[in-house]
Amino acid sequence: MTERSEITKTWKLFIGGAFPRSESGRVAPVKDLTDRSGGKALAYAAQASRKDLRDAVEAARAAQEKWAASSGYLRGQIIYRLAELLDGRREELIEAVRMSGRVGKSKARTEVEVAIDRTLSFAGWCDKLDSVVGGRNAVAGPFHCFSQIEATGVVAVFAPEEFPLIGFLTLVLPAIACGCSVIAMPSSVEPIPALIVAECAPSADIPPGVLNVLTGLREELVPVVAAHRDIDAVVASVEPEMAKILQLGVAENLKRVRLVDPQAKFLEDLAWSSPSAFQAVTEVKTVWHTVGL
Amino acid sequence: MTTPSTNWDYAPAPESTKVEIKTQYGLFIDGAFREPRSGRSIETINPATESSLSRIAEADAMDVNLAVVAARKALKNWRRVPALERAKYLYRIARRIQERARELAVLETMDNGKPIRESRDEDVPQAAAHFFHHAGWCDKLRWACPTSNGSAPEPIGVCGQIIPWNFPLMMAAWKIAPALACGNTVVLKPAETTSLTALHLAEILQEIDLPPGVVNIITGAGETGRELVAHGDVDKIAFTGSTDVGRAIASTVAGTKKRLTLELGGKSPNIIFADAAIDQAVEGIVSSIWANQGQVCCAGSRLLVEESVADEVIEKLRLRMRSLRVGDPLDKNTDVGAINSRAQLDRIESFIKLGVAEGAQRHDISDVALPSKGFWCKPCFFTAVQPAHTIAREEIFGPVLAVMTFRTPDEAVARANNTMYGLSAGIWTSRGSKAYEIARQIKAGVIWCNTFNQFDPAAPFGGYRESGFGREGGRSGLSAYCA
Repeated sequence: MTERSEITKTWKLFIGGAFPRSESGRVAPVKDLTDRSGGKALAYAAQASRKDLRDAVEAARAAQEKWAASSGYLRGQIIYRLAELLDGRREELIEAVRMSGRVGKSKARTEVEVAIDRTLSFAGWCDKLDSVVGGRNAVAGPFHCFSQIEATGVVAVFAPEEFPLIGFLTLVLPAIACGCSVIAMPSSVEPIPALIVAECAPSADIPPGVLNVLTGLREELVPVVAAHRDIDAVVASVEPEMAKILQLGVAENLKRVRLVDPQAKFLEDLAWSSPSAFQAVTEVKTVWHTVGL
Repeated sequence: MTTPSTNWDYAPAPESTKVEIKTQYGLFIDGAFREPRSGRSIETINPATESSLSRIAEADAMDVNLAVVAARKALKNWRRVPALERAKYLYRIARRIQERARELAVLETMDNGKPIRESRDEDVPQAAAHFFHHAGWCDKLRWACPTSNGSAPEPIGVCGQIIPWNFPLMMAAWKIAPALACGNTVVLKPAETTSLTALHLAEILQEIDLPPGVVNIITGAGETGRELVAHGDVDKIAFTGSTDVGRAIASTVAGTKKRLTLELGGKSPNIIFADAAIDQAVEGIVSSIWANQGQVCCAGSRLLVEESVADEVIEKLRLRMRSLRVGDPLDKNTDVGAINSRAQLDRIESFIKLGVAEGAQRHDISDVALPSKGFWCKPCFFTAVQPAHTIAREEIFGPVLAVMTFRTPDEAVARANNTMYGLSAGIWTSRGSKAYEIARQIKAGVIWCNTFNQFDPAAPFGGYRESGFGREGGRSGLSAYCA
């Protein structure tokens, strides 16, 4: 019997609910980093250009208002559905995490399981953030005054290079849960776990444009994100020199920036799914209404 | 036969000005007033008379460093002061502001030019309220800003705070009160044209025995502010002011560990629906754009009126504008006082000229006599304004209103959101459900329904988009001062 040769997959971008190639036509190999001989190509992934990024911002902008206007209950159900779908591809995810060469099979399994559980946790936040962070303000005059939590808008996420699944989900999900739309740049060394999330997104009924995933070169995409005036916030776990470029982008359009230490331990600490996870991706809106006859 | 007098004008009712203003003020560093190392000072004048009030020190890099060193040294003990003890200091500050309220109000009006009615009824009581409110938070932070291990949150550290000239004492209180409540120490820089009430607040801090270095107040202009922002041992910058300066600050702190909150400019919409109580709405317009001479970051400088009531609203507004009393800010009957500085007056006047040049129609109270000295701008509004006009897009920071109309709620929302700013908005309608729906759709941090320009220490204040980020007041404001 002849040995069956493998189908080497080319993973594509995820923009506006579709899976296009990069308009630049570029692809890059995704290496098996457990392979000591230097890493054979496991698969190929599209390498997004600045034009792809601009397209993704357009798709994200077009989707955001409607997503934010949907009920927290609905968003919660959709994210719960995403957790179900990820759980169904658990073995594939474990293998993809293991290929990063950083962890063995059992640690890869833990990362995947904690990541799926964290997805459940964020599903639950969608209709509770307002109750926990917002509320009535006891002002001194005859007014009904309350503060509600709203989505900041279009958010760019640079996931950490390590923790290719849980790092990605921990930074992407708060934005989606509260009604933002996201352009997410996964780990550039091990993007496959994030690309599996992208493939689950349509089946989970995440509306087209709410989650966009771009694989590619960080040093190319960081300056474009920083300068883009229609990106409202950036969440990034990147090295200091890239963090500085993103911070300089604040001067462009006052985009909000949340920086996460790239050496952070994404598996530990309850704070990852605490209200502080929503900094930069939420706004507090205070509404006053007169009270009187 | 004598003709009965038709002069129904008010008699002058000046507030007495018994306030002791020193001929010069030093920098308040480490609990004492000291001469600036720079050896430089700036004259501060009364914008209603152009006469000199005092000279204030101009801090240079060395002075800024001394203040930061004092704040760093004080932090060590201050952050460990038991929470309720920390609260007592804040309560005492609130009390002393209340006790010295009259003096502070008069001083504020003389230094800023705002009507005594406003400094007496708004600025000073709000300043006291901010300290009183935040005093109560000191021992409740673990519930307000929970940490994952249940302990009280740590302070951020040394906070550099830069405030504008439009609400000098109130802004100082907004900045200092939450910082201290959370256990931080402060270096505050007031605006160079309006530093006097902050310096009198420094006297109060001495009176209540606040530990030296916990609050340092350094005066100076833009260069002093830049030194503070760039200082390597400051942990957080909180800035209220223009969007342009906010951008520059953001660039300076990029690549550092400094936290940043920015409360910047606005071009806020005030939306009047046909079903609103029109008389109340007109009063709301008056307070939204002519209070404090329109020098308010959240001023309702774009009036959007539903077309069917536009003529009625404009006519009533014209009548109401005529009744505004412009003049001596110390007169208790004055509605519109002096513009804070010559530079600001020039800026406002250039916008008014531009409005006329671009084809909008100006309405003002041309026959009102203004004092011969001082910086005065008559309140005015423009009709026939196009959304692309400069006066409909850029922050003027003066008593100048751009009036536009709309036909449907969707159009009102689209026009309201057609700005890069997002600080505040006003909505006037007698239908509650409509008010809340429009409030939901508007991208702004503070929305007033059937009212305008209300502030309270319990209510978070701050902007969306290019109006900045971070909130002041309420629980959200506290979180900006907890690590």
